[in-house]
Amino acid sequence: MAAIKPGISVEYSDNATIMRFTDEKILEEQDIKALQESIMSVIEQAERINLILDFANVRFLSSAVLGLLIRVSKRIYENGGQLGLCNINPKIYEIFKITRLTKTFDIYNSVESATEGLSEQN
Amino acid sequence: MCMASEAPINCSIEVESKPSAVVDVCKEILAKLQEHKFDKDDIFAVHLTFEEAFLNAVKHGNKNDPTKKVKIDYSVTPEKVEITITDEGQGFEPEAVDDPRFGKGLYEPGGRGLLLMNSYMDVVKYNEEGNSVYMVRYKEKPTLSEEQSQTQV
Repeated sequence: MAAIKPGISVEYSDNATIMRFTDEKILEEQDIKALQESIMSVIEQAERINLILDFANVRFLSSAVLGLLIRVSKRIYENGGQLGLCNINPKIYEIFKITRLTKTFDIYNSVESATEGLSEQN
Repeated sequence: MCMASEAPINCSIEVESKPSAVVDVCKEILAKLQEHKFDKDDIFAVHLTFEEAFLNAVKHGNKNDPTKKVKIDYSVTPEKVEITITDEGQGFEPEAVDDPRFGKGLYEPGGRGLLLMNSYMDVVKYNEEGNSVYMVRYKEKPTLSEEQSQTQV
């Protein structure tokens, strides 16, 4: 597992690339931009990526992070890849529910179930 | 910075219009909520909405102009927290903002801040100019039966 920049780490498995947010809070606009750059650079390196974003460490985020996820998902789908989100804590999940982003994103309980889910869709 | 007190807290602060200025004021308000024994859900809700409203003031209100200010007035009592955030911008019409939950909005990167503010606070009101938002969150929500019994009295 390699830390690309503060805030996110990346791990490559057979069926998916797992990027894990390492900070508890994702708020600052600059941090969000840096995260987006990191994620986009990993997406661009793969032809068709199966990307799993792991929120296990995240306890707080702003609506700007939701914007980041929308932008990331658009890029992945344009390239014919897939995106799964996982390990979202209940309070953060509530934000996804309120904004109806539970309809837009594939959300899983764990990295394992996300890996399985994305493999089945292939 | 406002002084700690057991009594209801009324504060008025003016800060620089930059995203990082939210940190200290937010910490201050959340500390007052803890002093008044608001629970984790309340603290999460106020934290989220304060960040969203403050960043709206900096970004959309003051258009990232660092020479402008953001004014924060807040009051914390054992029953409720009231926050007013005012920027120096032209204001906006909240009704004109599209609902991000439907249609194209669902796939747009922005536009969810107001929805979250409305969802997590019990009262969200704007002044006529549209450059000041007043928000309230009650520690305990009145239940229907309480409201009914009050009406009956």
